[in-house]
Amino acid sequence: MSQALALCPYLAVFAGRLQLTLQYRAAALAGFATQLWFGVIRVLIFAAFYAGGAAHAPMSLTNAITYTWLGQAFLAFLPWSADPEITEMVRNGAVAYERLRPVDTYAWWYARALAWSVARVLPRAALMVAFAGVAMPLVGLGRWGLAPPSSFAAAGLFAASLVGVVALSAAITQLINVILVATMSDRGANALAGSVVNLFSGMVVPLAFFPDALRPWLRAQPFAGLVDIPFSIYFGALAGWSAIGGIALQFAWAMGLIVLGRWWLGAVMRRLQVQGG
Amino acid sequence: MPQILVEELSKTYRIAERDAGTMGAVKGLFHRRWRQVEALKAVSFGIAQGELVGLIGPNGAGKSTTIKILSGILEPTSGRCEVDGLVPWRQRVKHVARIGVVFGQRTQLWWDLPVIEGFDLLRDIYRVPQDRYVQARDELVALLRLDRVLNQPVRQLSLGQRMRCEIAAALLHEPPLVFLDEPTIGLDAPSKLAVREFIGRINRDRGVTVILTTHDMHDIEALAERVIVIGGGAILADGTFETLRAGVLAERRLFVDFTGEAPALDLPDVTVVNRDGRQLELAFDPRRIAAPALIARIAAAHSVDDIHVEEPLIEEVIARFYDLHGASEG
Amino acid sequence: MNGFALYGRYVLASIRMQLAYPASFAMLSLGSFLVTIVEFVGVWALFRRFGQVGGWRLGEVALFYGLVSVIFAFADAVSRGFDVFGSTFVKTGAFDRLLLRPRSPALQLLGYELRMTRIGRLTQGVLVFWLGLAMTHLHWSPWAAPILLFAVMGGVALFSGLFVMQATLSFWTVESLEVANVLTYGGEAAAEFPLNVYASWFRDILVFAVPIGCVTYLPMLAAIGRADPLGSPAWIGPLAPAAGFLFLGLALFTWRFGIRRYASSGA
Repeated sequence: MSQALALCPYLAVFAGRLQLTLQYRAAALAGFATQLWFGVIRVLIFAAFYAGGAAHAPMSLTNAITYTWLGQAFLAFLPWSADPEITEMVRNGAVAYERLRPVDTYAWWYARALAWSVARVLPRAALMVAFAGVAMPLVGLGRWGLAPPSSFAAAGLFAASLVGVVALSAAITQLINVILVATMSDRGANALAGSVVNLFSGMVVPLAFFPDALRPWLRAQPFAGLVDIPFSIYFGALAGWSAIGGIALQFAWAMGLIVLGRWWLGAVMRRLQVQGG
Repeated sequence: MPQILVEELSKTYRIAERDAGTMGAVKGLFHRRWRQVEALKAVSFGIAQGELVGLIGPNGAGKSTTIKILSGILEPTSGRCEVDGLVPWRQRVKHVARIGVVFGQRTQLWWDLPVIEGFDLLRDIYRVPQDRYVQARDELVALLRLDRVLNQPVRQLSLGQRMRCEIAAALLHEPPLVFLDEPTIGLDAPSKLAVREFIGRINRDRGVTVILTTHDMHDIEALAERVIVIGGGAILADGTFETLRAGVLAERRLFVDFTGEAPALDLPDVTVVNRDGRQLELAFDPRRIAAPALIARIAAAHSVDDIHVEEPLIEEVIARFYDLHGASEG
Repeated sequence: MNGFALYGRYVLASIRMQLAYPASFAMLSLGSFLVTIVEFVGVWALFRRFGQVGGWRLGEVALFYGLVSVIFAFADAVSRGFDVFGSTFVKTGAFDRLLLRPRSPALQLLGYELRMTRIGRLTQGVLVFWLGLAMTHLHWSPWAAPILLFAVMGGVALFSGLFVMQATLSFWTVESLEVANVLTYGGEAAAEFPLNVYASWFRDILVFAVPIGCVTYLPMLAAIGRADPLGSPAWIGPLAPAAGFLFLGLALFTWRFGIRRYASSGA
């Protein structure tokens, strides 16, 4: 019972942030339209490349297209910037007031980051799956749409992998948050995170397309777990034990980054306490 | 020919109405209901060059609508309005070149730019010849004591400093007509006095017509010879402040400190408002019984330590006026 | 002081304001550069795998890519006022202040901010274009330079026109419309590749509906002396960027309607 009570404030802030972000329906709709367009462009580009001969392609065109639509559906999971509430806090110097709450600051912020990403993904993912996964096949464009998972096992593992994405994404967001607080400036990390995340997660182009020599390194780095690993599981490029290995890697990185983030945030907060924020 | 001529000016807004809740939002996508709001109902008045007029009224009464139409950024639904022979919303560019506007809650200067550079930019926007600009600017800087803040970015200024810069900025192009919307809001006492003093001065010495909108009645009392009260889209009063006060509140307060316990007092035309130990607060109508007579009457019958007379608070006068005309907000 | 001179003053003031925060400016510019160059890295990877697309090699595609990046960087830099119009000016009523000045509101919005950080994308565009030059041996038309210059001007006009239309829409919707990003950012993304690689319906949108192809694809073809695989006549290329100016004119025309509406409804 006391355990549940101890968890309560974190659940509360999670639920609250979730509700708040879900209210922004107009934003979700606008985001959907933009992502739809970008999805179409990428699919057409892939088709054009494959039309010239798919001999050296690391995956089939169908999989590349599926990868694209999945990417648009789950785009909001990418940790491009610090939590906007924290950015605001850094801007007006109110970070120190976070210490007035009788909660663990890292866990508090982590719960908020989780809610923020989940709430932004849910409506967009739903719309994108409805469009590319259901509507397109219905009008005969199934070849260009989102294909279903390669097997039931793949679907299940994909779901597990998505949990990994959420955990990893929040952990990375936290690191960006900490950098923001440590530098007391809302510019640096926010400006640079996007490009790094986009490239190394496989959002710009699936990691498999990069030179084979780089494959092992690209697969092992933390950002791969945000996009490349879960999507590869979805269409079976990673199956069975490799899939489980991929998921384990996601969680391992998430854990590692959480530990690093906690330690670092503690150090930064202690310094704030001494300096007066 | 008055400088500002307003005749039968009306403005009706169409506001989209929507039911509350999700079903309401869905319904709202298909069928829009419109509600008519009459913000101004055939309002008429004239203002001569050089007048300093206070425009007051409860929130939502039509004050800002009037100002917007007079300044040229809003078109009325019907009626006639001319400022120096120009129709504000039709000849916008010509018209706005000859007015200055100060919004109390928004700055027109550039946040990150030093004040003086903002002034220079305004000179270019208003096409003020350099020599006239320098003269106007230097005068304003001296009058408003801005010499020390000129090189600071606006974001670093205090509210009082910012407002003084704001007023200077509105006057750089020497407009013959100035609209001041809540110019003293949020200012500390010395800044309020400085701003009031300045407004009075430019009106007196330079003959600049000033239209002042404010909720601070002390601004009105200090500056405005003429007050126009707008309520519910119509003009409720147009005259001096004293006429307004006299029309609303024929009442003054007398505070009497007795030597002993305050006695029971029963005098005609006098009401006991409050009894506090040895002090009585009395309300009386100065038209029925003059203050000296009343004081004499009381002092003759009782032993009195101290007496003083008070006017009701201006806010009370105004609030009572709004009430009388059913024009209170909301 | 006439409009151009005033715009010059606005630009100087805007530059000064941004350079007052040098670290922030450096970071944001670097960020803008990285985000855009990273996209090209993806393109490079794809070419490494496939070799060519639609008959074009990497170097040639880099020319198109660089051109549209440069165009968009300029347009994005000058159009900030229109980009944030809805949330910064309409919703807050700050537009009133623009109307209270004896100048065209469009000019004032143009001068609102010259987003210097877009230099990141501009640098990326120039780099990619230069890479394309280095990697190709083309028979450039003798008119290549003026054609491309005209293309850049028409392109900036076109994309600015899109931002103006986005701003005009917010007179009705009050918020800044994120949907319009589809046309601006989305348009830029689409024009990164030569248009013949796309399906024909998509291509037609980009030439006839929103003439992005007229300021990138067609003039570039003329500049490198290549015939259009889609069969458009040769004389169209150098003249096509005019469509960008027409589009801007149309956008400014509808903008006037937006202002009338604002003035009569009182927002």
